[in-house]
Amino acid sequence: MTEREFDPRLPLRKRLGMLFGLLGAVAIAIGLVTLGVLIADVIHDGWRALSWDFLTSYPSRRPEQAGILSALVGSFYILILVALIAFPLGVAAAIYLEEFAPQNRLTATIEINLSNLAAVPSIVYGLLGLGVFVRSFMLGRSLLAGALTLSLLVLPIIIIASREALRAVPPSIREAGLALGASQWQTVRLFVLPAAWPGILTGTILALARAIGETAPLITIGALTYVAFTPQSLFDPFTVLPIQIFNWISRPQPAFHERAAAGIIVLLAVLLLFNGLAIFLRARLQRRIRF
Amino acid sequence: MSESTLAQLATSIDRREWVERVLTGTQRIDRLRRVRERTILTFLFLAALISIGTTIGIIYTLGIETVRFFQRVSIVDFLTDTQWTPLFTEKHFGIWPLLTATILVSVIAMLIALPIGLLSAIGLAEYAPDRVARVLKPVLEVLAGVPTVVYGYFALLFVTPVLKRFIPQLEVFNALSAGLVMGIMIVPLVASLSEDAMRAVPQSLREGAYALGATKLEVVWRVVVPSSLSGIVAAFILAVSRAVGETMIVAIAMGQVPRLTLNPLVAMETMTAYIVQVSLGDTPHGTLEYQTIFAVGTTLFVITMALNLLSYRFLKRFREIYE
Repeated sequence: MTEREFDPRLPLRKRLGMLFGLLGAVAIAIGLVTLGVLIADVIHDGWRALSWDFLTSYPSRRPEQAGILSALVGSFYILILVALIAFPLGVAAAIYLEEFAPQNRLTATIEINLSNLAAVPSIVYGLLGLGVFVRSFMLGRSLLAGALTLSLLVLPIIIIASREALRAVPPSIREAGLALGASQWQTVRLFVLPAAWPGILTGTILALARAIGETAPLITIGALTYVAFTPQSLFDPFTVLPIQIFNWISRPQPAFHERAAAGIIVLLAVLLLFNGLAIFLRARLQRRIRF
Repeated sequence: MSESTLAQLATSIDRREWVERVLTGTQRIDRLRRVRERTILTFLFLAALISIGTTIGIIYTLGIETVRFFQRVSIVDFLTDTQWTPLFTEKHFGIWPLLTATILVSVIAMLIALPIGLLSAIGLAEYAPDRVARVLKPVLEVLAGVPTVVYGYFALLFVTPVLKRFIPQLEVFNALSAGLVMGIMIVPLVASLSEDAMRAVPQSLREGAYALGATKLEVVWRVVVPSSLSGIVAAFILAVSRAVGETMIVAIAMGQVPRLTLNPLVAMETMTAYIVQVSLGDTPHGTLEYQTIFAVGTTLFVITMALNLLSYRFLKRFREIYE
């Protein structure tokens, strides 16, 4: 019996299958091409404005003199603060949930809650920050209020990534530790955590990258759009790179749009650096540990 | 004992102490350690509770200002008035213009993100060789890592001018280009979650279908997709939630004109864009304008939370089946 007798439509069905694969390739290509066009467009618009002066000048009413110094410094401070606040808390929560939490209602509630929090719009965190940190804690529109708000925003991301890293450590490692007479905490600290570090660090770096790119929650808590100084303390007003970019985009003059594009190039470069660092760290640290 | 030897002892004691305990049965170290570990465990537990605290914080903050808002504005007006003009002298507080704009731009984004995301996922999970998929997936996810303010720039200063060549009546601010760009931004979310769901389908199901004479397309479309449907639906719902809450793209490219229309070619204002608009001005605490952003925020939070929880249920279901 030939193929054709078995099912006369088989060639057609096979061709349809191929066509569908092609459709998948086209879909992937649409995403990649858009990314390429976006980057090309931004570089085309902004590279002329990029200069050392651009990086070291304060914003100005005259576009040709405007720079991103205060925004860069603000973003840097925010980054450090968020790392200091969110990283230890996120890892601690992940360790508890993955290694110690009993299977009960509270744990289940925390689980559902986390997956919801990871998908709450960032601007809602901004409203939370405005109500709690800016008003109730009387921190005002300060660096600290901004950092706390963003910390809450990235905390679920860090927790979820760290939990995945901890879950990837085989149970045999834990059993070996316990069999040696180590307590549960000692097992976690001495055996499980070191094995999970690459994943935890990668997740944290990506979460920090998210914090650097966030605009909406900081606008909501009232980060300023025009700051011609660098913050000297935790309680000073501040601006960050995405807000400075937003400010330039929303002005009508094309000369400011060019500045915005240049700012975007800097922002994307910083994020690329972060992603590269995450990939490098993962590769480097993973080589040391093999199961 | 000198201080340096003490410090040395402190670092080495952790590694040695359980061995020591077994060998000498020292009770004091044991008790001390137990107290210390209890303290650490308490700290870990408290860190895990922060997530609950955050949710309570959100509900409390949004709730208290929203209650104050509804003491001054009737909830019936809020839900039935067709105008939203809290910043004008003649004030109207109908949520519909903001809500319609949010829904319109989300629908446009979904028309892009769902088919492209699902097809990308099928391409990555079922068609592409593993090596190719492993390279393409992270590159595609860069799309999700681009800050939304950058997408806003792209929508306003690239996509809109390009579209204007084909649609002359397109306004500078419009829902169409904001929605298109938002759709592309959400593609990796749909693709990544759907792909995970498809990869969780056991190979034996595919092989069974092939053995019955099915072609690749039939395996994908009649076996893999239906088997991973709850995961795919979860991805879709999460994508909608993401679109509803997206802020910077719409604040930059869609405008700040709260009007009730379904025309994607004109400027409108979404809920998120309104919150940004008010936040940019200096709105004193306690004024009605200040309270409006919390009322709008509550609406936003309730909608997205409902979507997130629904998505979580679907996700749980597909995990239970195959894991």
